[in-house]
Amino acid sequence: MYKAADLKKGLKVEIDDEPYVIVGFEFSKPGKGQALYRCRMKNMINGNQMDRTYRSGDSFKPAALEERTMQYLFHDGTFYTFMDSKTYEQVHLTDDQVGEGKNFLIDNLEAEILMWQERPIGITLPNFVNLRITKTEPAARGDTTSNVTKLVTVETGYSLQGPAFLEEGELIAVDTRTGDYGTRVKG
Amino acid sequence: MDDVRTSRQRRRGRKENLKIRARLLQSVRVFFIERGFLEVETPVRIPAPAPEAHIDPVRSGQWCLHPSPELCMKRLVASGFEKIFQISRVFREGERGSNHLPEFTMLEWYRAGEDYCALMSDCEALLAHLGGELLDQPVLEYGGVSARLDGGTERVTVGEAFRRHAGRSLNEIIAENSFEEVLTEAVEPRLGHPLPTLLHDYPIELGSLARAKSSDPKLAERVELYVAGIELGNGFSELVDAHEQRKRFEAEIELKRARGVEWNPMPEKFLTDLPHMPECAGMALGLDRLAMLFTGAETIDEVSAFTPEEL
Repeated sequence: MYKAADLKKGLKVEIDDEPYVIVGFEFSKPGKGQALYRCRMKNMINGNQMDRTYRSGDSFKPAALEERTMQYLFHDGTFYTFMDSKTYEQVHLTDDQVGEGKNFLIDNLEAEILMWQERPIGITLPNFVNLRITKTEPAARGDTTSNVTKLVTVETGYSLQGPAFLEEGELIAVDTRTGDYGTRVKG
Repeated sequence: MDDVRTSRQRRRGRKENLKIRARLLQSVRVFFIERGFLEVETPVRIPAPAPEAHIDPVRSGQWCLHPSPELCMKRLVASGFEKIFQISRVFREGERGSNHLPEFTMLEWYRAGEDYCALMSDCEALLAHLGGELLDQPVLEYGGVSARLDGGTERVTVGEAFRRHAGRSLNEIIAENSFEEVLTEAVEPRLGHPLPTLLHDYPIELGSLARAKSSDPKLAERVELYVAGIELGNGFSELVDAHEQRKRFEAEIELKRARGVEWNPMPEKFLTDLPHMPECAGMALGLDRLAMLFTGAETIDEVSAFTPEEL
């Protein structure tokens, strides 16, 4: 169990049988009075936020979350299906749960699936994913300035700005946290 | 917290704030010295603090670091010191927030032969003095409100403030055990502007070292100073009845035990000296928060040379 004094941003606790992450936290203590712990909590299943104020005697159950490494299999138009390569168990995530992650999902990509009571509720991708360029303008000849960028489209259909020297068919590492170009990858 | 600057860079950025903080400390000293107060220093490490339900001392061996210099200063008053002040570092376990540090700087002063009305006048004069010394215009702009420092103070009872700002009676709020929540959410943000506020006459159970009002024993002669929504200080007409004081300490210790706090020594030497203490009044004021007001700092970190996290 957590005590009120353990509350801080990022802590994951269970409230009313649902997992919450603390996204805002403020300690206050009116003179000689009891300490108050004001929290803005985000429901980890539906994203709804709520504000709650706790006192020093309150205690909290840690949210029993589990991360499992799974491989991306396919998208059937409604769900993104992932598989645990050890148990062959499959789970299905919605568009909302995958969010911007859809830009980086290629077959067999390994991702961390966040599980709550055997239900998938979120996904964490590797920080960098290697994606092949499927479309871009040819490299501009003679232009050696390094700050010139151009639009490149990768195999998932995602488009981003990259350096002018990139060519179709090349593999690039893309930062899944920002969606930005990282480096060119050999191979 | 979300920025990645090093703490060295942060300290460089705080240089202007630390200069203002230094001037503030110097001006506070001048204020009290000019009014005939003697500056004293009492030990930081003590065997027993005043038992208070919601203040946890930081342990130091078998003793603790003082959460306030209150007991030693009162023992000085009991020995014949009439007007004393102290600026000291004080320590409170588990207090950390944008307005809280577990170690901070407290100004505390005592006046023999006076009651909390004298403290209110002191607060008013101190703020006017600091405004004159540190500001071009004696008006503090803070958190979207402004507080005029040379125009006197708003004086309001706790009961009236709750009626006015929360629209509810104090008794009702105490009965539902939500005093702190209503105070911090509905009342405090409305205090201390356009003039500093002196909030006074607390329910007796919220003033364990304060004297009861002779006109209404359910109220304590306790006062809190607010400027621009920030709580700055707390003062009492001091309780001088040693028997009553011991009973109240025992009640506070019971509350601490109920919270699971095991180390609750009784400050016996203080209780022995208390019958010799004349009628007096004392006030404690947080200088870090005062520095926040004068620098416009949003957090107490910005007026501190080091925060605990940077050590």
